Amino acid sequence: MNMREKPAVVREPVMTSVSRSGIPVPASVDAGAVHPENIGQPGEYPFTRGIFPDGYNGRLWTIRQYSGFGTAEESNERYKFLLAQGQTGLSVALDLPTQCGYDPTHPMARPEIGKVGVSLSNLSEAEILFQGLDLSKISTSFTINGTAAIIYAMYLAVADKQGVPREKLTGTIQNDILKEYVARGTWIFPVRPSMRLIADSILYSNDVSPRFNAISIAGAHVRDAGATAAEEMAYTLANGLAYVEELRRRGGDVEKFAKRLSFFFYVHMDFFDEIAKFRAGRRLWARLMKERYGVKDPKAQHFRFGVVCGGSSLVAPQPYNNVVRVAVETMAAVFGGAQSIFTCALDEAFQIPTEFSAELAVRTQQILAFESGIGRTVDPLGGSYFVEQHTDCMEEMITKVMSEIDAYGGVIPAIEDGWMQLRLAERGLERKLDADAGKNVIVGQNFFKKENEEIGVRELFTLDPTVAQRALEKFQRVLDTRQQSAVDVALTKLSAAAAKDRENVMPYLIDCCHAYATVGEMVSCLKNQWGEFKEPVNL
Amino acid sequence: MNEIKTQRPLAGKRILVGKPGLDGHDIGAKIVALTLRDAGAEVIYTGLRRTPQQIAQVAVDEGVDAVGLSILSGSHKELVADVLAQLRALTAGNIKVFVGGTIPRADQALLREMGVAAVFTADMPLDVVVAELAHQLS
Repeated sequence: MNMREKPAVVREPVMTSVSRSGIPVPASVDAGAVHPENIGQPGEYPFTRGIFPDGYNGRLWTIRQYSGFGTAEESNERYKFLLAQGQTGLSVALDLPTQCGYDPTHPMARPEIGKVGVSLSNLSEAEILFQGLDLSKISTSFTINGTAAIIYAMYLAVADKQGVPREKLTGTIQNDILKEYVARGTWIFPVRPSMRLIADSILYSNDVSPRFNAISIAGAHVRDAGATAAEEMAYTLANGLAYVEELRRRGGDVEKFAKRLSFFFYVHMDFFDEIAKFRAGRRLWARLMKERYGVKDPKAQHFRFGVVCGGSSLVAPQPYNNVVRVAVETMAAVFGGAQSIFTCALDEAFQIPTEFSAELAVRTQQILAFESGIGRTVDPLGGSYFVEQHTDCMEEMITKVMSEIDAYGGVIPAIEDGWMQLRLAERGLERKLDADAGKNVIVGQNFFKKENEEIGVRELFTLDPTVAQRALEKFQRVLDTRQQSAVDVALTKLSAAAAKDRENVMPYLIDCCHAYATVGEMVSCLKNQWGEFKEPVNL
Repeated sequence: MNEIKTQRPLAGKRILVGKPGLDGHDIGAKIVALTLRDAGAEVIYTGLRRTPQQIAQVAVDEGVDAVGLSILSGSHKELVADVLAQLRALTAGNIKVFVGGTIPRADQALLREMGVAAVFTADMPLDVVVAELAHQLS
């Protein structure tokens, strides 16, 4: 490369006495740091030590790998492979047209069909995706937000077709639009109607599929974009409270719906920051539920969360180092008490994982779960002078960020005005500059580099180039064979429901799915009623 | 980086930072936009979900010296080819095009063959990015 590279300077990394979240970390901590009243017992309020008294003895965390690419047929095959490897839950990655509400035939969709996930444009694709998989036995997690209510409706429709009762379904839809406006970008409608759609899906799900998590409030994406561990937790709790308020406004009973709220985070490389983040977040949420909303049932005070280990903490140079990073992060997730763990593959920083790297990622979890014994005792770090002190400092920091958001007027105005987006971009820049300057050590990238290193791994993933063509052909076949009058009726009813503020749109979306209406058609209907989000571009 | 702020190697340059396609990961684009501004450039950021045609049109209307495209969805080959074609169609093929994102090594060479001036990935220091732009636009 003819980049203007500066000659490599040989440097030694320096160990700092401040964590990545900016918390001072002393060389030694004494017993005075432990405040037993803040800690409690595992399975007891305020749940610092975990939501279950026996930790992972009752049930191991769910090993849940994010996967999906190309067409439904190929993803179905990959799911069967992953289940055969011992994976215990499915996690469905969807392509960007499906996530943004465009049919494969839309000009914006063409270059993106099947690229970052599977194309799920209508019910027939979902039928193929879950062929041979018993939906009453597997738990399925969908990383879907802008079109989450539609994909949930489609999942219910597939269950109907398989003859599986809806109340037996387990799984999760991410369905967290607030962080999409800030960090992930698959928004469709303006903030307020989006909140309504989310409330519709959660309230509906609580009634018809009570074991299904209709939302997973995610901090992972703001984290990967630049937020610290403390900011990640603060933004997520603040977003969580915004959903609670919206659900209450719609007449939901917090005692009931709070039991089905779940959360999702990244785990990066500062080991004790991560553990403290989860312990502090669990305690804060329980207190908010109990003290602010008077929630009595412990299950509705529980802060249940899944994690992803890796993400932007993984780098392209010397990619095999990433296996070690993911193993360390997974340990932090276990000590933090995660309910489900997704381990990124070593090549995730630059491509869709191969079968080799995907398998290695699952094996990493299995080795920790079954060889190391780290999950035997619940919260084994509880009572540690340092961990308890770090948890207290983390809690203080999270609370401070939350009060800054409150001072702005809450998350919804902060997002509508672009305040949170800008704040995050500045933080991302800061993190990048720290990495460039070597303040955050990244082995193989800013320290211990090898000259003339060829970036990459031996085995490369290649996506079948005919994916788009096949998706388009199948899509056309559905349009040709479905009963158009049934589609028209279902879409008309959906529009009417969307126009009424107090009507729940879910039953109408399910009818649309059964009629083989497409994701793009349903989204267009809703856009006509609700408009589109106008992105504030203030840099 | 302080060097960049004081020396302002991109002073007087107009640069469009664009997000073509449906990819919503915009932190890289924003970090680069903020950095180029610190380096003295006048930066225009398109926001998410622009078509190649829209990006080319803005580039021409704003009379920019360079276009930076941020793509992390794996659709870089199609989208970059389209932006380059649209610029040529507007007789603006002289505007330099840079690409940043998750671009596999083999594809980086391919993009340069297509006419991209340079490809940047996340592990590259920002001062290297600025220096390369300053060199190419001088």
